Amino acid sequence: MAKKPELLPGTLDLMILKTLTRAPLHGYGIALAIKQLSDDVLTVEEGSLYPALQRLLLQGWVKAEWKMTETNRRARYYTLTVAGRKQLGIELTQFEQMIAAIGRVLQNA
Amino acid sequence: MSGLLQKIGLLIRRRNFDDDLAEEMSFHHEQVEKQLRGDGTAPEAAHYAAMRQLGNATLLKERSQEIVAFRFETVAQDFRYALRQLRSNIGFSGIAIAVLALGIGASTAIFSAVNPILFESLPYPHAGRIMSIIEAHPNGARGEGTFAMYHEFAGRSRLFAALAVLKGWQPATIGGDQPEQLQGQRVSADYFRVLGVEPKMGRDFQQSEDRFHGPNVVILSDNLWRRRFGGDHAIIGRQIRLEEPRGFAGDDLYTVVGVMPSDFENVLDSEAELWAPLQYNVQGIADPGSREWGHHLRTVGRLRPGVTAQQATQELTAIGRELIQAQRPETYDSNPQSTEFTATSLQSEITRGVRPALLAVIGAVMLVLLIACVNVTNLLLARGAQRRGEFAMRAALGAQPARMLRQLLTESLLLGMIGGALGLLVAEFGVRALLALSPPGLPRVGAIRIDTPVFLFAATATMLVSLIVGIMPAIRASRGDPNQSLQQNARTAAGGHQMTRRSLVVSEVALALVLLVSAGLLLHSLQRLFAVDVGFDGSNVLTMQLQGAGASFNDDAFTDQFFQKVLDSVRRLPGVTAAGFTRQLPLSGDLDQYGAHFAATPTQPADTYPIFRYAVTPGYIETMRIPLLRGRLLTEHDDQKAPFVAVISESLAKARFHDADPIGQQLEIGLTGPYTIVGVVGNVKQASLSLSESDAVYIPNTQWKWAENVMSLVVRARGNAADLTPAIRNAVWDIDKDVPIVRVATMDHLLAASEAQRRFALIIFEVFALVGLVLAGTGLYGVLSGSVTERTREIGVRSALGATRGDILALILRQGVTLTMIGVAIGLLGAAAASRALISLLFGVSRLDPVTYIGVIVVLGIVSILACSIPAWRAARVDPAITLRAE
Repeated sequence: MAKKPELLPGTLDLMILKTLTRAPLHGYGIALAIKQLSDDVLTVEEGSLYPALQRLLLQGWVKAEWKMTETNRRARYYTLTVAGRKQLGIELTQFEQMIAAIGRVLQNA
Repeated sequence: MSGLLQKIGLLIRRRNFDDDLAEEMSFHHEQVEKQLRGDGTAPEAAHYAAMRQLGNATLLKERSQEIVAFRFETVAQDFRYALRQLRSNIGFSGIAIAVLALGIGASTAIFSAVNPILFESLPYPHAGRIMSIIEAHPNGARGEGTFAMYHEFAGRSRLFAALAVLKGWQPATIGGDQPEQLQGQRVSADYFRVLGVEPKMGRDFQQSEDRFHGPNVVILSDNLWRRRFGGDHAIIGRQIRLEEPRGFAGDDLYTVVGVMPSDFENVLDSEAELWAPLQYNVQGIADPGSREWGHHLRTVGRLRPGVTAQQATQELTAIGRELIQAQRPETYDSNPQSTEFTATSLQSEITRGVRPALLAVIGAVMLVLLIACVNVTNLLLARGAQRRGEFAMRAALGAQPARMLRQLLTESLLLGMIGGALGLLVAEFGVRALLALSPPGLPRVGAIRIDTPVFLFAATATMLVSLIVGIMPAIRASRGDPNQSLQQNARTAAGGHQMTRRSLVVSEVALALVLLVSAGLLLHSLQRLFAVDVGFDGSNVLTMQLQGAGASFNDDAFTDQFFQKVLDSVRRLPGVTAAGFTRQLPLSGDLDQYGAHFAATPTQPADTYPIFRYAVTPGYIETMRIPLLRGRLLTEHDDQKAPFVAVISESLAKARFHDADPIGQQLEIGLTGPYTIVGVVGNVKQASLSLSESDAVYIPNTQWKWAENVMSLVVRARGNAADLTPAIRNAVWDIDKDVPIVRVATMDHLLAASEAQRRFALIIFEVFALVGLVLAGTGLYGVLSGSVTERTREIGVRSALGATRGDILALILRQGVTLTMIGVAIGLLGAAAASRALISLLFGVSRLDPVTYIGVIVVLGIVSILACSIPAWRAARVDPAITLRAE
């Protein structure tokens, strides 16, 4: 199996929250969204996705409810909460600061 | 916070959570599969591709569950699984638990006995400040204190907050059916202030009560108060009747001034139930030959805060030497510089006698615990080898090494906890057995029980032992490469384990050898001790102490007549062949020491010898069958009016007169005399079998300054001496019904009891050595049978190639014997080192005694051959056809 680039640690929560800003999604939808949006570069392992979702649920940043899909299958949809939206803002700022800092190091060193 | 609430909510709806998760993931799976099919993959291939992409479903679920779960849930899960494991192999877990229970139980029992004696501080406030003051004499002897010295210390010491002297006191309560002998203490006024304890009712002694001819006041123990006075709160101020041994003036009515608290523990004499003021005479100090200068008091003191024992020793020694210089008392060495007054903590003083035995016992129990640990480790390793397939399977299914390690440690912890719980039961019985076996004079026996510190000890020991026995097998099992293990046959894969298990067995054998050698050396010592010539014939001799109590015994003539009447009456009893009285009975704990003074002769200067003084009735020496070597024994004619005569021991005759004839020579005893020596008798062991001091002087009891009113009766019987007890007791009470009779024992019993401490250590070592031997034997057996199982194929090949049964038998036996020999070699080094700790308990045996060492090696050899023979026999019966086909 060819090795795919690994996610930067700590960025999975950020990306899940971000994908949920547009619309509520089920787990597979989130994985698919991340894959497509990253042009197939990033693959979210299911082994990381569901534990991460449980963590976000516990923090109260997302909430989950069972709904029907377009194909009439029962699926669990995750919605961003107000607290989640706020958290996303915080994490985005932190992430941008960090990326900028790494960039400066890589350019100038 | 909301997270915690949700977690709790999820805990309650755990099934829901699991269902949701399962559904969600299967949905995910379907979507992936659908998408793959959409890409054109065949349905079946798409199904498996989706499964591969998702990975280990159970592991994935577990990860999500761990996020929402509490730690204890996985712990509980581990325990459930561990319990299942233990139940699935009940034989293995039974043995492991039994071994652990034994190890933990034995060490807990020993700890409970040793903790209050050696480690806990005494049950008094600031107990570390309580000092025992000991006189160290020029000949190295440690002596009791004198009242005069105490009085000087109390008056001049600046470093002590309080000082006290005390001695035993045995008053009798008269009246009722049988007179009861009470055990008490005569103490100076500050005794309880030194200990830092106050009566719970009434008051402490006052200084004004501790004076010559002072008032008769008494403080009772809580126990005595309840037993004899029904816990009557109006007891304070009431008068009670106490008869006492002679020597104390005054009437026999005592006013109760106080009752001690129920939790008061009197470590200086745990039997004492009542206390009265000492009431010595301060004026007596001026007289160098008075009771006030006699060495028969224990001195204790409470230091002021911040003062060290060393400072106290310096101060006391300076004060003491000045007093000796000024007063020149006869009871101290004439050179004041040669006597030292040492302050040592009371704790170390009261445990001094038993410390060597207790430390040895601690060592023994540590060895047993170690062997038990090694044994269980070995069992777990063997079990781990059997479960290799299971571990490999679990690893292949995605179990993480850390998680498996935790699971395995949980299993050993569970083993340990069951073992520890049973161990507490074992300890409970062990403590009872220890108390039953404990040598007389073991301090703080009352504090030996299973209490909180003991429980904590057992719990800590359990945790540590579980970790120690579990860690190595667990690491081994969890580190295995699943691929390799799954491919290989479980039987052949265990080779690496054998090396570890063998070295563990070697260490078991070595540890068992150390225990066996120690037990052997102690056994040998005890045999030597009981083979020691005590100097008298103790078989069929019954002894008992009679304590003449009451006002009439203040009359010397009455006292002499009483003992004579008892003697006449006892001698007439059927079954009695001889009888006599002595003030001091050998090996009974009696110590009646005086100085024997010989005047200067033309050939020799004057000299004083410390001697045992036996005030005896005629007939005592004959009853004890102490051999007469020269001259004659004491007779009825050597009475009060006759010239004073003495019989001396052979050792004293040698020491003073060398080869000259001592008959007709004279000596003084404690300023009384002179006595003319009329005979020489054999040496007798007085203080203990192991001490060689035997200088003794026998004088008629009627030829002393006063009539002794506490005497031991010795009776030689035709048959079993103990059977005579009721008849003798009645004979005494027919003469005086108020005389307490105590310490009834045969001479054989006293002989055995005098070595109780060694016997105590010996029994414990014997038991532990046996346990160690059995454990080492089973360990050896376990390793060899494991090895035979693993080598079945090899053995089959060997016999197919022509090896005879004898060859196979020899092959396995050789393996066992090699392991034993390596263990023995290491154990010998260990035993040689460990025996150093036993030296003070040994007697007449070198710590490197070759007989003991060889004997132990033979015993271990036999046990190891027995342990090897079953696996070897099994190996020899291996049928090559079957084993080879099985592969």
